[in-house]
Amino acid sequence: MSIQASLTITGGQLLLPDGTVTPGAVRCEGGFITAVGAGVVPQKGDTVHDAAGRIVAPGLVDIGVFAIDKPAFHFGGITRAALMPDQNPPLDVPARVRFAAQSGKPDFWVHPLAAATQGLEGTSLAEIAMMRDAGARAVATGRRWIGDSGTMLRLLQYTGMLGMIVIAHAEDAGIVGNAVATAGEMATRLGLPSAPAQAEALAIARDITLAEMASAAIHFRNVTTAAGLDLVRAAKARGLHVTAGISPAYFMLSDLAIGAFRTFTHLSPALRCEEDRKAVVTAIKDGTIDVITSGHDPRGPEDKRLPFSDSAPGMAGAETLLPLTLNLVRDGVIDIGRAFALLSTNPSRLLGVNAGRLAVGAEADIAVIDPERPWIVNSDKMAAAAGNTPFDRQPVQGRVLALFKGGMAVRRSNSG
Amino acid sequence: MTPPEYTYPEGALAFPHRGLVGIAGLAPHEIWFLLDEAEQWVEMNRGAQKRRELLSGLTIINAFFENSTRTLLSFEIAGKRLGADVVNMAVATSSVKKGETLIDTAMTLNSMRADAIVIRHASSGAVQLIADKVDCPVLNAGDGQHEHPTQALLDALTIRHAKRAFNGLRVTICGDILHSRVARSNILCLNSLGAEVRVCAPPALMPADIERMNVTVFHDFDEALKGADVVMMLRLQMERMEGQFIPSPREYRHLYGLTLDRLARAEPDALVMHPGPMNRGVEIDSNVADHIERSLITRQVEMGVAIRMACLDVLTRKGRGMEGWA
Repeated sequence: MSIQASLTITGGQLLLPDGTVTPGAVRCEGGFITAVGAGVVPQKGDTVHDAAGRIVAPGLVDIGVFAIDKPAFHFGGITRAALMPDQNPPLDVPARVRFAAQSGKPDFWVHPLAAATQGLEGTSLAEIAMMRDAGARAVATGRRWIGDSGTMLRLLQYTGMLGMIVIAHAEDAGIVGNAVATAGEMATRLGLPSAPAQAEALAIARDITLAEMASAAIHFRNVTTAAGLDLVRAAKARGLHVTAGISPAYFMLSDLAIGAFRTFTHLSPALRCEEDRKAVVTAIKDGTIDVITSGHDPRGPEDKRLPFSDSAPGMAGAETLLPLTLNLVRDGVIDIGRAFALLSTNPSRLLGVNAGRLAVGAEADIAVIDPERPWIVNSDKMAAAAGNTPFDRQPVQGRVLALFKGGMAVRRSNSG
Repeated sequence: MTPPEYTYPEGALAFPHRGLVGIAGLAPHEIWFLLDEAEQWVEMNRGAQKRRELLSGLTIINAFFENSTRTLLSFEIAGKRLGADVVNMAVATSSVKKGETLIDTAMTLNSMRADAIVIRHASSGAVQLIADKVDCPVLNAGDGQHEHPTQALLDALTIRHAKRAFNGLRVTICGDILHSRVARSNILCLNSLGAEVRVCAPPALMPADIERMNVTVFHDFDEALKGADVVMMLRLQMERMEGQFIPSPREYRHLYGLTLDRLARAEPDALVMHPGPMNRGVEIDSNVADHIERSLITRQVEMGVAIRMACLDVLTRKGRGMEGWA
């Protein structure tokens, strides 16, 4: 057991669990927060970090990333991430889950998501309870949905019994097929294989029904359409355990962005029309969406320097997660308290981890942030393993100045 | 006969593009310029002396990543009749089969100092991807379901020879619109020249929001034929279909096959076109395809060589040291 020095972060604007911002300090001992507030002062022997009037917030918790890419996560202020089971080989046996759960420590915590089905093939249930005991915090269907409704029902009955949440990909695969774009004028002009956006609502309607039958909790990793969000909104109103996430690309971009066959805009689900983009913003504002996630999926030229429909979907999103979410704050859609509920508090609660809030007793995962600091996204100079961002050359605001995991300062590269 | 929007500037400004990736982005007068340029080659190709040493010493590579007979042959003949050295890269024997990426293949062709590269590829956008990486002009010979610009140009040239004007001309395109790059390029080209374009297909073979490309959508072929001056038939692209789109070819013919009876619903002097290859007895009956007065199908093939000669000539002008050309 290592001896952790105590830490006091002074002179900050504390972002408290109730969403308010107030001047004060945070003291951490043994990896946990032991005092928060205006009257907190450093004790003898403490390491002192002067926040110099910046925002002191809980570290970001990212539900649903595809790669462990510490430099990118640290750049983005992310201290924990739930790793999708879509690895090679998939996280469908306890040993791989156990290995993944250890892979980031000590300065980054990986929460593996257990594959719902063996090989993520959607047919036979995986050993979910054993994977839970090996460290899996939740179950995920992967990039695909489970097409067989009987299998999905039995999965939800099982996870309901185990008290685990299922993180689902919401697109009816029969309709989506090999589509790489949303059906509409842009896909038609480009001649790209496309599928109607309603594939999402169909999948969500089925899965909500099944989750209700099984009394299970379900989280849709990305809900990107007005129709899908309406279903989630209605399910929540009925008191079901239904939650929804979104990646910034879906509130920042519409399918106009695929115009020049730019494969960095090839995402899964595909970018939607402008009306759907607006519906996502509304859903973030009204609370239908619970979580904002990076969906971090760094892909090099071998996956992206290809014709659009031959390229792999996904974007490197860890570094832009915070600044793009802060766009919503600057635009008056949400306040900064709600931003951190979406980025940190809610995902922690969904994963059942003792983090995501500046409160006594929580693990000392803390980010010091300048929400106004401007910088320009540059895909050639990213901390991530690859620079596949659709926001290349875009000016953004909001930068992490210091990051602490379990009360220890995280060494970050490329933090200038 | 030439409307003002077709009037192009003198000299190099007539076509300020480095390559031909699509009809999208071409002004009406630029299309008209290419059609005019092709006329001399139509003339020459009909004579006994079919060769002019215009591109002598130039190397043209036909890189066909997707199987083709007629388009490849047409480009090869076009290049050779202009005196160029034409090399065909056959995909079956190439390193593409060995896992080489498209970009690596493109860079290899570029390093061999081609003066023009003609590309066909099964993925939409692939030709643009290559065009962005190589130094020489790139001609799109068909990319996925995106564009096939020389087909649209040769169709326009064929219509120009057979009809009085594009303005007010009603063209019905019927068939597998969803999977057709020919349809997309023709919609853009014919609209640009002032024709009225109708598209006809069952819903499963009609792309979403196609009416935003300024076409009228029909599912009933008989309705789509009423008043049509030109009928363009497309084949079912079974090789691109994932899942079942129509019950059977026989059933498809029942609703969408162009028979002599159906053709009678169009204008009395309506002309029939087909980009080939035809599936006789499915989308078109033999007695329509072979109709001496009504079918332009063999004429299309003839115009194809002339159009491709014009494109190769215009796009290599800069490389041949001609002042001002892009």
